Amino acid sequence: MKLDARIPGGPIEQKWQNAKFDLKLVNPANKRKYKVIVVGSGLAGGAAASTLAELGYDVACFCFQDSPRRAHSIAAQGGINAAKNYQNDGDSIHRLFYDTVKGGDFRAREANVHRLAEVSVDIIDQCAAMGVPFAREYGGTLANRSFGGAQVSRTFYARGQTGQQLLLGVYAALSRQIGAGRVTMFARTEMLDVVLNDAGAAVGIVVRDLVTGKIESHAAHAVVLATGGYGNAFYLSTNAKGCNVTATYRAYKKGAGFANPCYTQIHPTCIPVSGDYQSKLTLMSESLRNDGRVWVPMSTTDIDKEPAKIGDEARDYFLERKYPSYGNLSPRDIASRAAKEQCDDGRGVGPGNRGVYLDFRDAINRDGEDKVREKYGNLFDMYERITGENPYKRPMRIYPAVHYTMGGLWVDYHLQTTIPGLFCLGEANFSDHGANRLGASALMQGLADGYFIIPYTLGNYLAGVDAKGLADPKSAAFTSVEAEVKGGIDKLLAIKGKRSADSFHKELGTVMWEECGMARSKESLTRALEKIPKLREEFWSNLSVLGGRDSFNQSLEKAGRVADFLEFGELLVKDALVREESCGGHFRVEHQEAGEAKRDDDKFCHAAVWEYKGTDAAPVRNEEPLVFENVKLATRSYK
Amino acid sequence: MAKSGHDLIDIKVHVWRQKDAKDPGKLVKYDVAGVSTHASFLEMLDILNEQLVAKGEEPVAFDHDCREGICGSCSMMINGRPHGGQKATTACQLHMRLFRTGDEIYVEPWRAAAFPVIKDLVVDRTAFDRVIAAGGFVTANCGSAPDANDNLIPKEHADKAFEAAACIGCGACVAACPNGSAMLFVAAKLSHLHHLPQGQPERLHRTSAVVTAMDAAGFGNCSNHYECEAACPKDISRDVIAEMNKDFAKAAFIHRDRSTKADGGG
Repeated sequence: MKLDARIPGGPIEQKWQNAKFDLKLVNPANKRKYKVIVVGSGLAGGAAASTLAELGYDVACFCFQDSPRRAHSIAAQGGINAAKNYQNDGDSIHRLFYDTVKGGDFRAREANVHRLAEVSVDIIDQCAAMGVPFAREYGGTLANRSFGGAQVSRTFYARGQTGQQLLLGVYAALSRQIGAGRVTMFARTEMLDVVLNDAGAAVGIVVRDLVTGKIESHAAHAVVLATGGYGNAFYLSTNAKGCNVTATYRAYKKGAGFANPCYTQIHPTCIPVSGDYQSKLTLMSESLRNDGRVWVPMSTTDIDKEPAKIGDEARDYFLERKYPSYGNLSPRDIASRAAKEQCDDGRGVGPGNRGVYLDFRDAINRDGEDKVREKYGNLFDMYERITGENPYKRPMRIYPAVHYTMGGLWVDYHLQTTIPGLFCLGEANFSDHGANRLGASALMQGLADGYFIIPYTLGNYLAGVDAKGLADPKSAAFTSVEAEVKGGIDKLLAIKGKRSADSFHKELGTVMWEECGMARSKESLTRALEKIPKLREEFWSNLSVLGGRDSFNQSLEKAGRVADFLEFGELLVKDALVREESCGGHFRVEHQEAGEAKRDDDKFCHAAVWEYKGTDAAPVRNEEPLVFENVKLATRSYK
Repeated sequence: MAKSGHDLIDIKVHVWRQKDAKDPGKLVKYDVAGVSTHASFLEMLDILNEQLVAKGEEPVAFDHDCREGICGSCSMMINGRPHGGQKATTACQLHMRLFRTGDEIYVEPWRAAAFPVIKDLVVDRTAFDRVIAAGGFVTANCGSAPDANDNLIPKEHADKAFEAAACIGCGACVAACPNGSAMLFVAAKLSHLHHLPQGQPERLHRTSAVVTAMDAAGFGNCSNHYECEAACPKDISRDVIAEMNKDFAKAAFIHRDRSTKADGGG
């Protein structure tokens, strides 16, 4: 597998400027002759579809939800970073770049991260112009708050629903193009495979209409995947129920390299699991750590005591103790591990003693309950609805949960995968966050990719493609993939076993969380590699999918996604096993120093890119070396 | 009301089963035993579906995704009320601690002419998308924006815009309305944009365009029942409807359709 990252020359500050000048253009009159498929309608996909249509391309956009407005970007709570330095507190493009590379534990590609920091400022302008109701100061300027891993206030927000407000901006722009006839929208339509031509370039996709069950082909000059992350490999996560790995995993099976699948982010502040019926976990925004203090009782004898009755002298504010300069705003991977450490030490609180307190007592005493309500009211209400406890009176109980995945399809600087003509944006790609993403950077990356990067780099690709050469969806290239897809569906329906897809998904999730979660070891990963194939075998012999293939059938949708998770989970574990170091969200217990992650830059300063070799062959691991010329490789310290 | 802790309750649910758009559909009664009071309403349906699969019966289809009250996917009437009637709560955030052993719960899809049933509890809400595509946006091509702080927006205005923008597009307002009207949804979108300076240039055109699209989509008219406001899981105030009516009247008097010939901007 050839991994040419196509990083432009010149100093880091000039790379993107240089690239933009060097990238080939498609003349405005010719753009409409090019057809582009965008899969996914979240921040990355929706922004790409609308912006490409504004430029004049003929765009088709696909999403599995009933409306593009429901993509999971909508659930992001806290905010979006940008190097505006409106607060005059020392922020700059270089500092955002530096914080992101460091926060990612030196496992991201410098040039991509710098470009992300550069365009971050344009994103805020664009969103404001579209009417995104960001929080404002009384004078009318934009307000900011702080997020983990940064010592400046660079996070823009719209109360606790920044994701929904940004997505509504994207959806409005996309709707404008749909109304104008420049984007054809296919909602309730799931991509089931990508189609390549004889030269190995992506020329279309095969989809299933989720209402009629019909399998259909769509041809294009280029295909853009913006299909989100794979956190649901763990079953319980903060992801929406529909989030899945199918689009990217099937692209992988068609030849796209999959990079760093073991980089998964465990978010420290989620509402703990309450029982085996639990279908998902709910995040409590990182922004709460601006005012909330995280603690557990100092002594195991106090864990069942009412928290209000435990005095300050008997509380262990462990983040403030361990990381005095970042305190409660330590990065997510570090805060999550610290919480686990306290619970492993027997000082966790709540059911099963897997929880720590997030306490607003001091903020309420300092600023008053009204002020706290104004900032976080909707999050407090959500917490109360879910747990039945009032967080103004009693500290929240939180525990880490799977939240985001930094790994994804490998892309070069142009966001193109190893398949020519197949691009990948947003959480679905691997490029910007290294081994750990900082809070409020996912929204930034999705919009950067969709609004400001793909419109340039896709033009460069299309300039080299003959507009007259649109593939024929009736050709053998398409019909053979359609046949594969139909065969896969029939196979699922033919098993006629006893267990639901959901029950297998839950079982896989338990294996992933127990053996490949916050702390991974050679032994645990090896166990997972024994358990997953067995589970997969049972799936293919004892799955029950009721209902037909030619109608609306949620069980069938789910079964296809779980089948992919059962293969992908194994790849994730394999990647974790080979990466004999700890970095960011990937923590190998064998590799630590005083409880902190210990990287091995000599052996692992690279992106691991997996190449599919067929059903019965082991995948091959390739490497893209990471070169740090602008940020010195160093041990991360937040002390 | 169940006591605190992990109490288990036994309930009966009457669920609307409808194979497809053509099937007349009917309510079917199921027993669901041993539901934890900490489970969400949708988790209770998950439990029911597992029971059905075990018996070889097709599970109940229902739209859901984020399960944290923000994506707007869930769309069911619970005991005759959209999302179950708990104030400012979507069905996915409704918890079983509000029910007790022996309760009979009726679960149906949204009922509105503009939202045809696809299957069981799943309805087609693309009418909302058509309304937004008609004008629910600010025309601002990517790349053309001034610095975000060039437009000062008083906090009160930004807050007002936000309150209307909190709409999650679930359709509870339509389902609650005896006329199947979408006025709260449409007016919320307009109110969001019209409390911001960015929304002013297209204000009257937008109002006229989305109201026309709303009528064309088959939504009914408002006759001031305000069931929409009571059902809204995001507490959108009915005041937005008055704002819209004012603008719509204004648009009828002074607005002329913009030329589509030389516009080029959509």
